[in-house]
Amino acid sequence: MLKKALVFAVLIFFLVLPFLIRSNYLLGMLIVTGLYSIIVIGLGILMGYAGQVSFGHAAFFGLGSYTAAILATSCGWPTPAALLAAMALPGLVAALIGRPTLKLKELYLALATLAFGILVHILFNEGGEITGGPSGLAGIPYLSLGGLVFDRDIEFYYLVLAVVLLVSLAVNNLIQSRTGRALRAIRESEHAAQTAGMDTSLLKLQAFVFSAVLAGLAGGLYAFYVTFISPSPFSFHMSVQFVLMAVVGGLGTFWGPLQGSGLVVALGEALRWAVPLVIPGAGGEYQIIFFGIILVLVMIFRPAGLGSLLSPQVNQERAGRPGGREVDGGVAGG
Amino acid sequence: MEVLLEVEGLTRYFGGVAAVKEISFQVQEAEIFALIGPNGAGKTTVFNLITGLLAPDAGSVVFEGKSLAGLKPHQIAAAGITRTFQNLQLFGNMTVLENVMAGAYLKGRTGFLKSLVTWPGSSREEKLIRREALALIDEVGLAGLAGLPAAALPFGRQRLLEIARALASGPRLVLLDEPAAGLNSAETKELAGYLKRLREEGKSMLLVEHDMETVMEVADRIMVLNSGEAIALGTPAEIQANPEVIKAYLGEDERVA
Repeated sequence: MLKKALVFAVLIFFLVLPFLIRSNYLLGMLIVTGLYSIIVIGLGILMGYAGQVSFGHAAFFGLGSYTAAILATSCGWPTPAALLAAMALPGLVAALIGRPTLKLKELYLALATLAFGILVHILFNEGGEITGGPSGLAGIPYLSLGGLVFDRDIEFYYLVLAVVLLVSLAVNNLIQSRTGRALRAIRESEHAAQTAGMDTSLLKLQAFVFSAVLAGLAGGLYAFYVTFISPSPFSFHMSVQFVLMAVVGGLGTFWGPLQGSGLVVALGEALRWAVPLVIPGAGGEYQIIFFGIILVLVMIFRPAGLGSLLSPQVNQERAGRPGGREVDGGVAGG
Repeated sequence: MEVLLEVEGLTRYFGGVAAVKEISFQVQEAEIFALIGPNGAGKTTVFNLITGLLAPDAGSVVFEGKSLAGLKPHQIAAAGITRTFQNLQLFGNMTVLENVMAGAYLKGRTGFLKSLVTWPGSSREEKLIRREALALIDEVGLAGLAGLPAAALPFGRQRLLEIARALASGPRLVLLDEPAAGLNSAETKELAGYLKRLREEGKSMLLVEHDMETVMEVADRIMVLNSGEAIALGTPAEIQANPEVIKAYLGEDERVA
């Protein structure tokens, strides 16, 4: 159950935070963290509840970004309409990928999204005039909602805060609903879920499409925030980081996505500064080694993720669950 | 009495070995029909074939006059057949109440999008399902345990919870796979009483059970399986008197209770 007082306290903290930090650099980090956490919330539903992994969410993030950018520049769409399309297109693509793959066993979606992510990244790079190639697209307008133009960081920060809050509340509704119970049930025992009347393929597909729509939303907002996009933030490397954020934060927790995104963004910045001091001339690719080490350490010492810091009782149950996944025995036997 | 379930020539091979071979039987309305037989006789395989977790190699299953061929497990559940599992398949991290409410999935209509914008527990549908689930929890004897995680219950209570979950969607036929396994004698008696009450309310049950006392007490008819084949079918009295059953299934020295 969600503690309302805690939610309010955290919300107030983030409302006043910009006045405390007074740094555009940190404010930018917070905005990016907020955008990432929108993606990680969706990934958390997919991984934590439907029990599926996606290694292609940076591609959905990128599809959202490019959709918003292209529609708002070359096609001259109003920015809110372009943002809606930025959510719709990744959702549609996810439905096309997910329909055949989710009927198969768990790892197929991970493989399909991995291939998809690499393919989309190539398309961004080789898209010629449409995507601007490796140098990307510039001159993306700011988001304007009914006369309100989000052209300053501080305004955009509050917009992202509002979106994160709305998405968090919607997901909190979801997991406690009939659909949420079904998603949790699938993870616990797929056979029992099916024989209770749940269309498990459809539910997994819905969770996957939903997570892609959220990634597209974050992508669209990102394009209107930086007003210049290139393929580099949408690589496979980023997809791995999103998975890392979801796992480090804690799957199936309310606070996990925020904590996971915050920690990984902060670590990324710290490593970018620290690694060249230790290994001179080291590039960004060294980061992924450290992220790998962190992931292993989290798995060993805090398998339920950081989310357990704020809601320990839920996660102890999750971490100490007695073999709820041994499903196959149901079909074997006399 | 009307025929509810018609199983005809049901056959399933596992790598050349017939786990179930040309089995035919019918379950009537408000009947408890038991499948008995030694381990490996094919009882659970029959359950998996009826509920769609396995596809038959030959034969048919007809429920309420409609063929279940090619239907997925969730469609068969929607047609009105639910089940329990021999090795429990509870949603262990979910509470007792959530397990039963999940079992009532088919009673609800709230889809993915509507779930996102509906405040938890606020809709009429959710309240109704919750109330019915709590009533069912009391009925099977789990009163006061609704808020506990299912995995925290003792084994015998977990069996009862699986039965409650299987009943929650209001099926016409329930497949019970060894519901008395792991129950003590008092719990077994309670269970037998409960199954008979369910039959009085018009529920049909297909029962796999090793506890012969319970089977003989509650079953209307019994089919005996041995190595995937049916060797006898009849009332409890007929089965107990059948020399072939005594020989093949119970061994020379034992007697049916």
